[in-house]
Formats: sequence, C-alpha cells, structure tokens
Amino acid sequence: MADTPKPEETAKIDHRAPLFEEGWMNKPAELKPGIYCYGSKPKNLEYVGMPYPKEWNPTDEDWQLPENWKEIIQEGFKDRLDRFRTLKLFMDICVRCGACADKCHFFIGSGDPKNMPVLRAELLRSVYRKNFTTGGKILGPFGGGRELTEEVLKEWWYYLYQCTECRRCSLFCPYGIDTAEVTILGRELTNLLGLNTDWIAAPVANCYRTGNHLGIQPHAYKDMLEFFTDEIEDITGIRMEQDFNRKGAEILFITPSGDVFADPGTYTAMGYMMLFHYLKSMGLDITWSTYASEGGNFGYFTSHEMAKRLNAKMYAEAKRLGVKWILGGECGHMWRVLNQYMDTFNGPADFLEEPVSPITGTKFENAKTTKMTHIVEFTADLIKHNKLKLDPSRNDHLKVTFHDSCNPARGMGFFEEPRYVIKNVCNHFYEMPPETIREQTFCCGSGAGLNAGEDMELRMRGGLPRANAVRYVHEKHGVNMLSCICAIDRAVFPDLMRYWVPEVDVTGVHEMVANALVFEGEKKRTTDLRGEPLPGMEDEEDV
Amino acid sequence: MPTVEFEGKTYNVDEDGFIDDFNNWDETWMRYVKSVEGIEELTDEHKKVVEVLQEYYKKNGIAPMVRILSKVTGYKLKYIYELFPSGPGKGACKMAGLPKPTGCV
Repeated sequence: MADTPKPEETAKIDHRAPLFEEGWMNKPAELKPGIYCYGSKPKNLEYVGMPYPKEWNPTDEDWQLPENWKEIIQEGFKDRLDRFRTLKLFMDICVRCGACADKCHFFIGSGDPKNMPVLRAELLRSVYRKNFTTGGKILGPFGGGRELTEEVLKEWWYYLYQCTECRRCSLFCPYGIDTAEVTILGRELTNLLGLNTDWIAAPVANCYRTGNHLGIQPHAYKDMLEFFTDEIEDITGIRMEQDFNRKGAEILFITPSGDVFADPGTYTAMGYMMLFHYLKSMGLDITWSTYASEGGNFGYFTSHEMAKRLNAKMYAEAKRLGVKWILGGECGHMWRVLNQYMDTFNGPADFLEEPVSPITGTKFENAKTTKMTHIVEFTADLIKHNKLKLDPSRNDHLKVTFHDSCNPARGMGFFEEPRYVIKNVCNHFYEMPPETIREQTFCCGSGAGLNAGEDMELRMRGGLPRANAVRYVHEKHGVNMLSCICAIDRAVFPDLMRYWVPEVDVTGVHEMVANALVFEGEKKRTTDLRGEPLPGMEDEEDV
Repeated sequence: MPTVEFEGKTYNVDEDGFIDDFNNWDETWMRYVKSVEGIEELTDEHKKVVEVLQEYYKKNGIAPMVRILSKVTGYKLKYIYELFPSGPGKGACKMAGLPKPTGCV
C-alpha cells in the first residue's frame, strides 16, 4: 500500500500544471500509487457473471484485454448513446466554458487538470467525436477527436475512478451537464472489459451472495444487533429487543450494512434501535431483515443493470414479509438509487401502501411512488408533533456541524429535515460556510466506491475542501463533531478528520437523537452511547 | 498474484499482503506477519486476539466488528493498537489470516 504523504505536503497544490503546452491529448496518464484502487479480483466478477475476469494490476503494462476490445467499447458506447438521450446530449453540448473546472473537490485537492470535470468528460467526448460525429471522423484531432487506444482506455479508467459522482460540477454548468452521469456510463464501459476496482467488485459479489456488502450472514447480522442490545441495556438499563424477518409487520427497515459493522456507524444503528423501542408502545410495528440487509448499492458504481439486480431484494423482501411500507436508514447513494431509479428498476410497488407514520398519521407525500421513507424525515415529523421526549443537554459536550451528503442533498433536496432534527437534539449547532453546504455541499472525497485503503492520498486530497470548511467552524466556534446522514461518510470522515482536523469526531444523526431520547424508567445516563462520560453527570449515583 | 516466502514456506498474498485463503494459515504465517508489522515479541495477548478473530471468522465468515473484538478480548481499542501497530484490520486480521472487510467501512 502506498504511503500517504503528510498533510503539509499534500496541501502544496499547483493548480496551474503546464498540461496544455504539449496538448492534453499527447500526455498519457501516469498511474500514481495512492490515487487508484486495486483491480477487481476474478472470483468477484465471476460470482455475478461479469465479463473477462482476470488477475490484474492497474500498473501492469498488459491489461489482458480481449482481442476485440475496441469493438466491445464501440458497441457499448453506441448502445448507451441510443438508450440514454442524456449521454448523447452531454457528449454534444459542452462548450468548454470551464464553469465546472474549479468546482470539483478532486481538482481543488489535486491540481490535476484531468480532474476538472470538463476535461474528465472530454476524455470520453474526444473518442465520441472521433467515432460518432462527422466532424471528428473527417478532421480527427483538429475536430477534437482522438483514436481509442490502450493508453486512452487506461486514462479513462484512471480518471473515471477518481470521480465520486457527487454532481457538484453539474450544479454550476449553465447547460446542466451531469458529469456524474458521464462517469457512471464511462464506468459501465470499463466493466464491459472486466476492469472494475476490487473495492467495488467485492461488495457487489458479497451483496449478491448474502444481501449486504460486507458478506454478513443472517445469524451474524442478528448477533451484531443483539450485541448492541446488550450495550444499550448497559447504558439505559432497558432491554430493547429488535424483530427480524417478522412476517406481517407494518414496516420493513433497511439500512446500510456499514451501520451494523463499522464505527462510528454502529452507534447510529444503536440510535435506530432505541428509537424503534421508544415508539413500540406508541404503535410502531417494525422489523429488520437479515436478507434485505443492505441499503447501499455498489452495483450503482458498476452498471445500471447491476444496480437493479442488487436493489431488487428490497421490494422482494417487503413483499415476502407482507409489510405496508419501507423505512430507510441514514445513507447517501442508497437514496439516489431509491429516489431516482427504484420505481422503474423494480417497481411499481403496487403491493405496498403509501407510507403513513403510525405515530402521527402524517402521510409522506414524497414517498408516494417508491413507498420508502427516509428515517430522518420520519423522526423530524415525530419531533414536529411533539412525540419524543428529548433532553438535548445530554449532547452539550458536542459542538456540532452538519455535512450534507451529496446524494440526499443534490439528488433529493433533503436539506431541512436533518437540520431540524439536530437542532432539537443538541444545543450547539453551527453551519459551515454557505458555499460548502446544502446543494453546494463538498463531497467527502471517498464516495462512489473510492473508500478503499490503497487510494488514501486521493481521498485526503478529494476531502480537502470539506475538511477545510470543517476546520473553519472548528476554529471559529470550537466545533468538535461532524454529523452526517451517510454510511460512507461515517466510514471515511474519521480518516479525513484525523488527517486534516484531528480535533473533530464523526457521528450519525440518530446517535445524537438516541443520546437525547428520554425513556420512561431508564437509569440515569452517565455516559453517551459511546460510553464516554457525560460532563456534569459522571460523578452522580445511578437512580 | 504476489507470493511471500518465509522460513521455507510460500504463501500467496493480495496487494496488501493478506493471505489469499484462510485455510493456508499456520503458525509460520503468524511469525511472518510479526516480522513485517513491527511487533517485537509475540505474546499471549497477540495470540488471544488472533484466536478470537479466527473463532469468530469460522462461525461467521467475516471478521468481527471492532467493538466485539474489544469486548470479547477485554482489550480496549487503544491497547489493540499497541499490540498491532497497523490496527485491528490491517494488523490483527492479517496475522489471523482473515480477508479485509469491504463496503461502507
């Protein structure tokens, strides 16, 4: 694994690299360790029937491409231009105005010109021009076209897997070009040749086999939640048992598997469990599933077809259990897939009902077609109707800011609900600067399957703009907690904070909700969910 | 696939030096990982962590979450880092012959 340079080194960024003197087309990509992820392992491609599995390393000279690889790409490109009018449009209409250039966190953090969204898309666009437009066919490089060679393919691969599909660039494009969609379809093309990364291919294979990215089998999934049940009992004195795979429940709950495995997401999972128990006597009838045990979808970073295949278990499990609707956990790209694709991928879910909160009677209009509601919206509604007894002073040791996860923010317009919940469960909340939040939010730098260990330098560079904004509120207001509603965020921010702003820790929103939630008959809380002493309460006796 | 040779034995490993198959794990592998992970001496504490990891892996097919490892061994995370400077994943799991966890982790 490549050594990650020290922050002082990483922060020396030159945004004026002399790429254009020799012409960007003439300078092949150099694959730098620390920037790319390892190649997909054959067993993981074979498991889901992906083509051309092989043992390979991206720095190999020979990528073991099939003999007709150019035809495969040509056909794949043509097929996608026919199927996706957006792709055709995005290939044709860019005027290279450069409005997107400095909006990408990877360009800001690396200074690599090919990380400017306009140029990243141009890598594909140049081949499109050469192969699909009259001007490009006749004029070649003078018409902005270029031949697809192995070098070009390697360059595609290197830069398509340096984009987190966060869509910040598209927000600033006067034409509305969605460069993330170019990345998504470009990655599909690389997958036609067996060129995925293993950090994406392994979760995909796991998810197909066990229902979740981590490969957690049903008995282990149940064990993990029971471990949390014990932990919760230690803190509150109350045993909060959960239900699994219970037929006839009203609601099915699905969350990313990272929440039940990786810290600090595990505390968010405890938060969900405590909320569910709290609401039980008020009429909440909910079950977890050990089969639909993943909200995230790394298939989405592979191809639309793979995303659809992995997504299918949600409705299938809802149908099998006979629930009325689905509640979804704090996750990022999961909601992009649910909100934008699920209905047409695997719907219509006409066997489900429009979600209605059994506690408040609120009908969740935004979930009318998918029948799946976001837990933060669900909780915000509970608070609004005064259904939760909350003691925000239990979070007084936290000075909190909120990171808008790219997909719920730009993909759903999900801005107010998390803020409303946070402000009700803690007393100290501070916003980062306006150009770094809400629809302009800066990516964590590790989304879209880039959250591996071997590309740590890329992640620290891509996360720099976000970390910089966190540092600003840390210095100005003493912020010590970065909250978020995405499992990848929770997994990657601890590394990012340790690197750039070591004084700041990371939490999910429902961890803070559960800290503040006052249960009847609970013992006096002396610690938060993490077992850290609550200031002012540590010396007192339990009651 | 890269290989590692140690005390006359050969192991297939991945890019990060994790053994390719749990079934190929043996005590020599432990000594090998000790030598590359900056561990001075293999103590009973190291062996306990490895045993807990392996037992969990045999039952569940994955590594335990860090909090379970910590609870079952009775070692705080900080102490596990003292035992295995690369941490529970990259250090202890590697010594125990477990694969790396993937996904939103």
